[in-house]
Amino acid sequence: MSNFYSDNPDLQATLRGLDLARIVRLREDDYRQAGEFAYAPRDFEDALDSYERTLAIVGDIAGEFVEPRAEDVDRAGSELVDGEVRYAPGIAQSLERLKQADLMGITLPRKYGGLNFPITVSVMIVEMVSRADPALMNIFGLQDIAETVSKFANDEMKAAYLPRFASGEVTASMALTEPEAGSDLQNVQLKATEQPDGTWRLSGVKRFITNGCGQLSLVLARSEEGTTDARGLSMFLYERDAHMRIRRLEDKLGIHGSPTCELQFDDAPALLVGERRRGLTTYVMSLMNGARLAIAAQAQGIAEAAYRAAAKYAQERVQFGAPIAELTAVRGMLADMKVSLEAARALLYETALIVDMKEVLERRIAHITAPGADAGGPGLQHPSPSPSSSAAGPEGSADELKALRAELKKYTRLAALFTPLVKACCTEMANTVAYESLQIHGGSGYMRDFAVERHSRDARITNIYEGTTQLQVVAAIGGVLGGTLAARLGEYDAEGFAATPELLARVRVARARLAEAIARVRALDDVRYRDFHARRLVETAIAVSCGYLMLRAAQGDARKLLAARYFVDAMAARVEGAVVQVLGGEPAMLDALPALGRD
Amino acid sequence: MAVEARLRWGLVPLTFAADAPFLVPYRIRKQRRRETLTDMSQLRIVVLVKQVPDTQNVTGDAMKEDGTVNRAALPAVFNPEDLNALEEALRLKDRHGARVTVVTMGPPAAVQVLRESLYRGVDEVILLTDKAFAGADTLATSYVLSLAVRKLGGCDLVLCGRQAIDGDTAQVGPQTAEKLGYPQITCVSRVDELVAPAGGAGGAVTATRSIEGGYETLTSLLPCLLTVTGEANEPRPPSVKLVMTYKGIAAESMPDYDDTYLDPESDAAEVCMVGRDGRPVCRAKVVQWDHLALAADREALGLRGSPTRVKEIESVVLAQSEARMVTPDEAGLAILVHELIEEHILG
Repeated sequence: MSNFYSDNPDLQATLRGLDLARIVRLREDDYRQAGEFAYAPRDFEDALDSYERTLAIVGDIAGEFVEPRAEDVDRAGSELVDGEVRYAPGIAQSLERLKQADLMGITLPRKYGGLNFPITVSVMIVEMVSRADPALMNIFGLQDIAETVSKFANDEMKAAYLPRFASGEVTASMALTEPEAGSDLQNVQLKATEQPDGTWRLSGVKRFITNGCGQLSLVLARSEEGTTDARGLSMFLYERDAHMRIRRLEDKLGIHGSPTCELQFDDAPALLVGERRRGLTTYVMSLMNGARLAIAAQAQGIAEAAYRAAAKYAQERVQFGAPIAELTAVRGMLADMKVSLEAARALLYETALIVDMKEVLERRIAHITAPGADAGGPGLQHPSPSPSSSAAGPEGSADELKALRAELKKYTRLAALFTPLVKACCTEMANTVAYESLQIHGGSGYMRDFAVERHSRDARITNIYEGTTQLQVVAAIGGVLGGTLAARLGEYDAEGFAATPELLARVRVARARLAEAIARVRALDDVRYRDFHARRLVETAIAVSCGYLMLRAAQGDARKLLAARYFVDAMAARVEGAVVQVLGGEPAMLDALPALGRD
Repeated sequence: MAVEARLRWGLVPLTFAADAPFLVPYRIRKQRRRETLTDMSQLRIVVLVKQVPDTQNVTGDAMKEDGTVNRAALPAVFNPEDLNALEEALRLKDRHGARVTVVTMGPPAAVQVLRESLYRGVDEVILLTDKAFAGADTLATSYVLSLAVRKLGGCDLVLCGRQAIDGDTAQVGPQTAEKLGYPQITCVSRVDELVAPAGGAGGAVTATRSIEGGYETLTSLLPCLLTVTGEANEPRPPSVKLVMTYKGIAAESMPDYDDTYLDPESDAAEVCMVGRDGRPVCRAKVVQWDHLALAADREALGLRGSPTRVKEIESVVLAQSEARMVTPDEAGLAILVHELIEEHILG
């Protein structure tokens, strides 16, 4: 009996430690939905209880059903037969399972059949599913696409498509990448042509499309003829028909259960999502941010699996007359892995909470400014007074609106900073943990008999897709240098951490050193020097943020205090090394970079 | 008993034609059903389930000094093969449309297995609880269960697990079938086909049962009782929406059987969501019946109605012996078979 929720005290403690009360209250419209939907919570306690029950159900499916199939899925992979993709049997079975459990519309509104859960809870679900099989997560986690439709499409499109997502009738893909447009998405060429009836036709090629065989695709295409930049791109919803051909499946290093397709669109009919020209600038950015958080959770899940494999193997493998887990060198490696896992998890759910807060503030503001909009009613229900329009109006005063907008501004900035931070943090951590886990397995780990070689291969994509770590650094560096990070670290610092004054002092030193490094880069005002050291600054920002979050968890928890101490020891040394490099370097030295690349 | 049942109700292998005796119980059922059912055409399935101590995760204090099961030390769970029976019922519902009613007899805490059933999508649940039921053996238990099925107006199909992991008798299913006068197919590992009753014609069920050395496929007219093994299926997980809907539901005593709350058109119904098939789902109740509601004979209930006496309990301690891995190939198998013949285990 294996349950990936109940066997993971850190994940359980994380849920209980998070300050979700306000997020849930806003998301549930002050619990007014309870009168409308049988499965809506009456209060926060009720909601939290439902989240825990749901997580236990997912934990059971992940541990008992998905994980036992992961090895076969990895071996079987997906197949392209007569232009149609056939999932590995285990993938199809697990999807059916998740569908039966009603887990295909976790964050979608209830009126479309969703669960209306906070993003934080859905991230936990993604983490557990990924621990069992990260390839399955790629298809299951594409619920972000429905979330994008929910946020930006008109009511008619939402009513037509969202229930199909929520019931699990359809899976979807996000078709962004093209042969010549990978990281550089503004170079997308796939052509969209408007028809007299207002629908559109798509022609062109998309490459590296995860689950491109899904019934629905969100396609980024050039709708404005003659343009060459991001402003000529719009977002389209395409439903599979004979006008799109799957040309090939990629043969990949890992995540074999997740089909990666090359798609050719030939005059394929599609619908415009939202407004023209906002495809990349608004919608893809939103979609990508959601997906980046999901990939961070995927990496977290892989790391959890790899760590557990290493800990188990080290207990069982006897050398020199004792399990190798008793060797200090191995023990140290295991401790490094476990503590970095917990630190990354702390940052993961801190980020999820920030994104949740941003989302509910957006919804609340939209509710006040346009009451009644999007109040489509729950469909088949007994008549009950509609709570949506009457409630928000009078109480949504100008003062409240002003305060909410200020808050939204803050959380939007924080989400824009923390999303790339956590994507970089979790995916790099997962690779390190998988690497070390294989190392602990020794020669056996290099064989396909043990799961760790699969974890290593699966982890390797996480710091590449949805933006490489290098792109996450680019996305985060503005917030690190510009003050968003400093302000957030200041808030953490103000929490007091009275139980751990000595550790707090050491985290403060690291924070001060980071501030020095930031000040130097800013003072130099040299783009090349900034770009060169950006990764060190971002890594340090991650380390110091995790330091505070580990301190927070350590208040009143003896086990976590040990972990925090262990973390701060290593963190302080790493921060110091990076800061010395940033402070000591000279911009002129970078002139030598091209010469270094020559023999 | 199995042979007798075949003679009486003519359980026949597939090659034989169905015969007249089948029609008798069917006619009786039709009359009884008319009183309670609003939708005559709907297939009705009753699943009998039991809450049992979890003997799969046994700890040191699982047995008491006297050799009986220490129920306090073991968590209570849904009897595993009853979950397989439930899954089979839900699959038939998915395929043919049906009203699935789950019945359990047990202490008030047994309401939990009924909640678990609701989480998986059944329509109606009945809790049979009464101090008078306590201490029942399989005879007294099947008596109460059969009364409940009668009170429900009979049904087309009764499904239950082959056996419970606490007593392991495998008797309750067969005894209930006897008392209801339904034919039975035991140890079902696969339900092959179901022809639902339609237009006045009785339906039939074809199922494959595990027998020593192989499988046997039988067809029976409805109504029929099947006992299902763990081989039959992998039970579905709970739906989180239904968990949230029913997690707090409590039993309510409703001595008179009134199922109008299950009719979406009636005022008594509370439609709480749209089902996967697009049809409205009415909020269920946990209907509680005691011996009075069942009009049961007191003498046939509980300890009083249980002729079974435990003569002696032997506490068997299994000592662990060595385990050996055999390579999964022809050579490994040949060596193993050879050794088994040598030791006179085979041959």
